[in-house]
Amino acid sequence: MAMIRAGIVGLGKMGLSHCAIVNAHPDVDLVAVCDTSKLMLGAIDKYAGIQCFNDYRAMIDQSHPDCLIIATPSSSHAEISRYAMERNIHLFVEKPFCLRLEDGRELVELAVRHDLVNQVGYHNRFIGVFQETKRLLERGIIGDVYHILGEAYGQVVVKEKAATWRSSKTEGGGCLYDYAAHVIDLMNYFVGPPDQVAGTVLKKIYSKDVDDAVYSTLLYKNGKSAQLSVNWSDETYRKMSTQVEILGKRGKIIADRQECKVYLNEDNGVENMVGGWNMFYTTGLTEPVWFYLRGEEYSAQVDYFIRCIKEGRKDNINSFASALHTDIVIDLLQKDSVREK
Amino acid sequence: MDRILFGDNQFFAVNHMSEEKARAQAMKFRDTKAIIDVLDIAYDLGIKTFMCTTHDRISEVCDHIRAHPGRYEDFKIYPCMPYAHKYANAVSQIGVVGTLKKFAPGSMLGAAFRGGMAAAKQDFVGLMRLLVDAEMKMFHGINTEVIFLQNIVTDLLLGLGMKEFFTAFASHIKEKYNAEAGFITMNMPHLLNVLEECGIENPIICSNVNKIGFRMCGGIETYEKIIREKKFRPIAMSVLASGAISPGEALEYVCGLKNIESIVFGASSRGHIKETRDLIEELTHS
Repeated sequence: MAMIRAGIVGLGKMGLSHCAIVNAHPDVDLVAVCDTSKLMLGAIDKYAGIQCFNDYRAMIDQSHPDCLIIATPSSSHAEISRYAMERNIHLFVEKPFCLRLEDGRELVELAVRHDLVNQVGYHNRFIGVFQETKRLLERGIIGDVYHILGEAYGQVVVKEKAATWRSSKTEGGGCLYDYAAHVIDLMNYFVGPPDQVAGTVLKKIYSKDVDDAVYSTLLYKNGKSAQLSVNWSDETYRKMSTQVEILGKRGKIIADRQECKVYLNEDNGVENMVGGWNMFYTTGLTEPVWFYLRGEEYSAQVDYFIRCIKEGRKDNINSFASALHTDIVIDLLQKDSVREK
Repeated sequence: MDRILFGDNQFFAVNHMSEEKARAQAMKFRDTKAIIDVLDIAYDLGIKTFMCTTHDRISEVCDHIRAHPGRYEDFKIYPCMPYAHKYANAVSQIGVVGTLKKFAPGSMLGAAFRGGMAAAKQDFVGLMRLLVDAEMKMFHGINTEVIFLQNIVTDLLLGLGMKEFFTAFASHIKEKYNAEAGFITMNMPHLLNVLEECGIENPIICSNVNKIGFRMCGGIETYEKIIREKKFRPIAMSVLASGAISPGEALEYVCGLKNIESIVFGASSRGHIKETRDLIEELTHS
């Protein structure tokens, strides 16, 4: 089969990382990149020999990609996605998906109408430990789930200073859109989206315009509850650490990137697990990838996107529709935090 | 290079298998003195090369080494640059260009990249040299005969196809530091091909080599074949796959690959360091 022609819009941290991963993919021809930074384009043009644009429309019209990775600040996702989908281009969009729910709904609908592969970069769903957790939950290994604790901590903002779009709320900055979006999406993956939220605190610690921490209680239709505790101003974490603890009537699961710890009230013969603690590690749960940059999940999600295009699959993991559910929870949290004030 | 190199993950809360263990390590090594105590144990057991990332706290270790020249006569450091999280956190906060401005010394970035300057004239290689020099400052007066590029940067450049930086890094390390460049990677077969294309002869490449094939991109069989057949100086890291393999089994496998020049490992206690050293020595000579 012919090589898939790809383009990338936005060469920040994620865009650059996607650029290296896509460029190393054996089935993909990275035909063009687009950014507004002359410095970045200068380096890519001179040393990587990839065609560069500073206008995404020109890039799409002139380089005719089959698919596009959009890694611009979140406020521009909708506009670029619309332009691309009207030209029948498959899309991988960085998270969070859209800042306005009406944009998200429109894009979901456009993707269906144009019959396009549509994926959002919630890479946690490609982490072996979390996939195993999901599988165990579907098997009902810990019985009826009644509560979840979703946490993420790291040290993105540990000093007071004004900075990039990540410190601007209208651009989609702040801990809620960044760290918390990942945790919310992971909780949605495990137990579906909540019905309502309560007691939401969007706390500014060092930032002036955006939240640095997010604390809330999530309530589900069937009586389940969850707590969300996310803070990107915690210097005790070397890098982003995400953990989910899921409590069921027959046991509990604690999962992070590295390990899955399952406590069962009784032996489970089907899964070959004992009553008490059972431990599983990433080393045994991770599928190899063709190229490694920052974690298998980043390569795996791109490979999955490319395979969906090649195989004509539309029922994909991290679809726009799925990411919209995460946007909806973000919206609930924002509204609730205003109410709480 | 020495047969055994002492790694630093245990000092900086890096544990690929457990966040809990990583945190316990962070507490244990909160004082640089605790790091130095472990380095002393390793040194006295004959492990005289410390392969470490250019973490801010390493500068305190360097100060200690310089202050006690008699104690550390044969001590060598193999710096691995950059300390990626320092840059990654900065990139999240102030962007890629902002980060370069923050870490490039003086007004260099302004001078070389003044607005409107033609891309062809922008001196990115010069910028890279300055960033290397900034990272190397803390090691003045210390024997650093091999200087490594960390895997996040090696593999980013590899993926982007920016080969010129590999050549430029190697020649800068040679010319300015009279040292050899080393490359850490998670994609060894791919990297070796590219380094050969660049004309970097007999390169030093540090990559995961472990019995379960953990983070060995390209597959364990390919790694074994390349180690057997190609001309380069492989260093094996992550030989225990963060503890997924028992030390005896892990080291028997790695020592069985005869062309592996060095093995890097990290440990925190005298018992573990001695056990690993004894195993490697025994398996190397058997």
